[in-house]
Amino acid sequence: MLPSYLTMAAILFCIGLYGALVKRNAVVVLLSLELMLNAVNLNLVAFSKYGVVPSLTGQIFSLFTITVAAAEAAIGVAILIALFRLRGTVNVDEFDKMRR
Amino acid sequence: MFNIAITGEFAAFFVFSAIMIGGAVLMISLDKVVHMVISMAAVFLGLAGMFVLLEAEFVAFVQVLIYAGAVSILMIFGIMMTKHQAVEREPAKPLHETLAAVGALCLFGVLFFAIRTTTFPEPQPFQPGEDNTMAIGELLYTGYVIPFELLSVLLTVAFIGAIVLAKKEADE
Repeated sequence: MLPSYLTMAAILFCIGLYGALVKRNAVVVLLSLELMLNAVNLNLVAFSKYGVVPSLTGQIFSLFTITVAAAEAAIGVAILIALFRLRGTVNVDEFDKMRR
Repeated sequence: MFNIAITGEFAAFFVFSAIMIGGAVLMISLDKVVHMVISMAAVFLGLAGMFVLLEAEFVAFVQVLIYAGAVSILMIFGIMMTKHQAVEREPAKPLHETLAAVGALCLFGVLFFAIRTTTFPEPQPFQPGEDNTMAIGELLYTGYVIPFELLSVLLTVAFIGAIVLAKKEADE
């Protein structure tokens, strides 16, 4: 069963990568990042059951990842709101002040 | 190569993976941002079901609470605070989109090739303990107590920072 779980995680990661690269709305980019983090969590938990030496360490690691991802989502949304007040848009390709 | 025995676990895996891939593809292809968040909630719930299949009940419950609950609601708040009725417009740069799609597909091809050609050693039997939550709690407070405390500091700093960032300026 392990290759099936790993393939599933790879599919999720690639969809998240595509979304993060293509989408213009910054909220959707954040969502795609969450999708990629979820794929990594699936890998961790799958190896904690089907790895060579199964243990609970993978589950603990995925709990830490979930916590950091929650902090990242909160900070990301706060930065988005501040940026929206400043610039009036949430499209990531309009935040190009440092390029000019 | 695909010699997979049809068992109950495989059937449940198939259902959950169908939910998750469907939700993820809908997230990519839907127009309204709120609908995208809802389809992501389907992905989170499917992933929680998959954690149950992997005998990680506590992680599954945390997944439902934090992702399907908190993160989805937070994203909906983010949409409400920025732009109501936000709609993804048509992409202005088809070359950029094609390049991103090719890159993601190449990455998936490499990963798939690596997964399918690796021979994984037969795992030792997994002992989740009779109480998954208690085993995780004991591990958290013995072997992993320092990263656990560091994480609590990180969460406090992050949420205070989020409040300060999103607070309205007083002189406006």
